[in-house]
Amino acid sequence: MSLLPSMIDIVRDNWLLLLVGQYPNGPLGGIAATLILSVLGIALAFPLSVAMALASLSPWRALRWPVMAMVYITRGVPLLLIILWVYFVLPLLIGHSVPAFATMLVTLVGYEAAFLSEIVRAGILALPQGQMDAARALGHSHLGAMRYVILPQALFNMIPSILSQFVSTIKETTLGYIINVPELTFAAGQINNRLLTKPFEVYFILAISYFIVCWSLTQAINMIERRIAARRTASVAAESAMPATAASASGA
Amino acid sequence: MKGFDLMAVLLNPEFSRMLVHGVKMTFIIFIGSWLLAMSLGMILLAVRMLPGRIASGFVAIYVSYHRNVPTLVQLMLWYFGISSLLPGSVQMWLGDHNGEAVFAVVALGLCQAAYFSEDQRSGLRAVPRGQWEAARALGHSYVGAMTYILLPQAVRNAMPALVNHTVSLFKNSSLAMAIGVAELTHAVKEVENQSFRPFETYLIATIVYLVCSLLLMWLGHYLEQRSRMAGAV
Repeated sequence: MSLLPSMIDIVRDNWLLLLVGQYPNGPLGGIAATLILSVLGIALAFPLSVAMALASLSPWRALRWPVMAMVYITRGVPLLLIILWVYFVLPLLIGHSVPAFATMLVTLVGYEAAFLSEIVRAGILALPQGQMDAARALGHSHLGAMRYVILPQALFNMIPSILSQFVSTIKETTLGYIINVPELTFAAGQINNRLLTKPFEVYFILAISYFIVCWSLTQAINMIERRIAARRTASVAAESAMPATAASASGA
Repeated sequence: MKGFDLMAVLLNPEFSRMLVHGVKMTFIIFIGSWLLAMSLGMILLAVRMLPGRIASGFVAIYVSYHRNVPTLVQLMLWYFGISSLLPGSVQMWLGDHNGEAVFAVVALGLCQAAYFSEDQRSGLRAVPRGQWEAARALGHSYVGAMTYILLPQAVRNAMPALVNHTVSLFKNSSLAMAIGVAELTHAVKEVENQSFRPFETYLIATIVYLVCSLLLMWLGHYLEQRSRMAGAV
């Protein structure tokens, strides 16, 4: 078996294509495009997801129901089918053709927003009801209490979940392959089409590349998660160690 | 553009045959890979609990690989890569016997097994240690304590995660389209190409997927309710 030497050869000949695609002479691709697509996807989905979470927790049905329906549809339909929908509907809506990269980005933003909104919602519901009651008693409006009291705490606790959603987004960008988005999987497909005789080597390199990116991110997330957990238990321990009178005195 | 007409797709014998066949393939892949994933997940969990670092280290690497590599890439590695390393006679046999579907079941099943074994493991870890000690003190053997005391509680704890991952396995069966399995999403693309009615065909597929996923979620919720112990929180 000479798998390893031929894999090293493939990487040596094609590392630039795997990293940035055909960039100076063509569209940006490879790992760079994969990462840009996932960072933009999560960054744009995040504000949308907070709005959706607030809508789904709001007392008004007219806000709650459409958001809940959208979340259920996104959870129940494969991402691939949603990509096909956007691929077909988006050009009709704006009246001219849309590049594959933009189609994939729009799909990811909508899809991730639905999943993130469930995370945000769970984070808000996980806070003790007393936080909201106290904020309202101090004179905050519902939205003001959300903005200044609930969301800062909930979002901080949710950082690890949001980051692991980022890792899933990286994995989901591979589906762009179906509509020919120039990203890492697409680059591997190009290499495979050129070599023809080494499919195992090419796709194994592809799998390892994704593994390295996602695994190192997962390790970093675990570290952040431990820090956040340590900080939370430390603050809880400090509170419970304080005598009740001292705590209320320092609170006032 | 033609006007909206669902019946033009549904009543056309050719299109409806393709769609029904697609639904059938989707279910074959889903059920096949679910069974493979569940049984392999149990085996992985048992191996992980063996004493000694080598066996559990192997399972940890297995789980880590399958959770950090995109499912589509795993499918492509199996279908394009690993199949090319098989001996010629096996490749021929697979070519004659719907090889794409076999590789889709294997790839999705192996991938989901990693998730299922992790779900069961965290379910097992959530059972208080006292349960184990009490079972052993009452005279149960290792296997007896596992079978009658620990695993029933572990499965209850793991239920919500298992249901979620079952639904995502059902949705992931659509990825098999990328390696040419004629499942529902593939059939939808074909029908759309021939009928020039993307809106109607996508709508049909969306409803089928949505109804099946919601039924799976509901079934999972029902089983969760039923298996809940009286008085437990």
